[in-house]
Amino acid sequence: MGIEVVRDLSFSIQAQSFQFLTGPSGAGKTTLLRLMLLSLKPTRGIIKIFGQDASTLDKDAITGLRRRIGVVFQDFRLLDHLTTYENVALPLRVMGRVEASYRAEVVELLRWVGLGERMNALPAVLSGGEKQRAAIARALIARPELLLADEPTGNVDPGLARRLLRLFIELHKSGTAVVIATHDLALMDQYGEARRLVVGEGRLQIFDGEFP
Amino acid sequence: MSAIRSIGHSVAQEIQSDKTLKRDMPLVPASSIAGRALVIVIAIMTFLACLTAGGAILVASASQGWRAEVSREVTIQIKPSAGQDINAQVAKAVDVAQKASGVAEAHALSKQESEQLLEPWLGNGLDLAELPIPRLIVVRMQNLKAPDIASLRDALAAQAPGANLDDHRLWLARLDTMADAIVIFALLLFLLMISAMTMAIGFATRGAMAGNREIIEVLHFVGAADSYISRQFQIHFLRLGLKGGLLGGALAALFFAGASALSAWWANTVGGEEIGALFGAFSLGPAGYGAILGVAVAVAVLTGAISGIIVFRHLRRLQ
Repeated sequence: MGIEVVRDLSFSIQAQSFQFLTGPSGAGKTTLLRLMLLSLKPTRGIIKIFGQDASTLDKDAITGLRRRIGVVFQDFRLLDHLTTYENVALPLRVMGRVEASYRAEVVELLRWVGLGERMNALPAVLSGGEKQRAAIARALIARPELLLADEPTGNVDPGLARRLLRLFIELHKSGTAVVIATHDLALMDQYGEARRLVVGEGRLQIFDGEFP
Repeated sequence: MSAIRSIGHSVAQEIQSDKTLKRDMPLVPASSIAGRALVIVIAIMTFLACLTAGGAILVASASQGWRAEVSREVTIQIKPSAGQDINAQVAKAVDVAQKASGVAEAHALSKQESEQLLEPWLGNGLDLAELPIPRLIVVRMQNLKAPDIASLRDALAAQAPGANLDDHRLWLARLDTMADAIVIFALLLFLLMISAMTMAIGFATRGAMAGNREIIEVLHFVGAADSYISRQFQIHFLRLGLKGGLLGGALAALFFAGASALSAWWANTVGGEEIGALFGAFSLGPAGYGAILGVAVAVAVLTGAISGIIVFRHLRRLQ
């Protein structure tokens, strides 16, 4: 068994809640997000997701659950051979939906995140901020019940960061539980009533409401 | 989210008519060096498989021709014996043969014809009268599926006791064995090539999986089922298989068309006659070209199916 990155954590993410997951670099924020996304299995302990014990789920069940989760990766994970439009439409495409049925929705979201003029661009020619917004749009397009975002404002200017945060807040108000991993204090301060999960030295502290 | 939800009809219509939107890219990148190499490997293997299959078809159909030709012809042999008039025996046997049922034509080889037959062994200026050479009567049976040789044999035994009937059964059996051996050998070669191609496809699929690990991971995270991902790879490899299969099949069809034209051109040369005897007119015919197309399509389907199975198994093993 390797080193335990995080241990003895107990917390729950309520439906329609909003929280920042914060802590120093290397503290285990990304590991926690990956555990929630079921891309990692805990060496011990139980993860319950949407009321189901993750250790009892088969692959098809995990696929079904992932369709209810939107995820923004720190390194974007856009597919290099697909255009911005195709990347953002990916979650709907893999559900087997006909392209014409979601085209308007995807284009509308792309315009909203300021990528209306970059729909046919490949990731290789997008700036860091544009890739970030495309990754966020991809996570939002299927209107997930849970959004996991790993440093979603790490590559954008403060103005766009505020705009993206407003988008997350709006998503939260429409019924999505949001978990944003960040160590951007300014960003967290803009939404002071959000819950904060602070991970450090493998442990977790939870602060509800206003951060002291 | 209201901005996302409130999609105006005018915007939707504007977008629906937007032809400039690129949206048809396959999820597995279509062109890669490994993909092109696989197309070439499949094309070469298909070409060779079509050549062996076409060769087997040619030999099989040519051997049917030989069989039909040889089985329609029987020979009556009359050995000279002391105190017997061989010419009278020959005339009697010809008469019996001509009257037998199922016989189209019967004639005794003339003195010149017999001399010509023996010339390669005994040289020129041969006088048959000095040698106790058997006389031969060539009997051509009617063009029936099963010539009635038994009744001819019975008639000869009853009316021309010195006559010996040879229906070339031994020769036919040897021809059959040779033709069957060639066809079986070609089939084995064909199977070997298909096996080699299957392994090449397997390696290429595993290579593609390793090369596209990132894509598979992202597809999993956005909620793609294993069956969906394996279908994407299957479509990708089906396309490569179709390209390679059709290319190899087209080359094989061109080869046989060219060989047929060349054999027609060579038909009157000595070498051409030998090749013609073995392979017939070297012409595959519509069924042969249909078989080539069948092999090409089967290769494409095989490529898609093998890669689909490998990808699905690989995905099932992934956590």
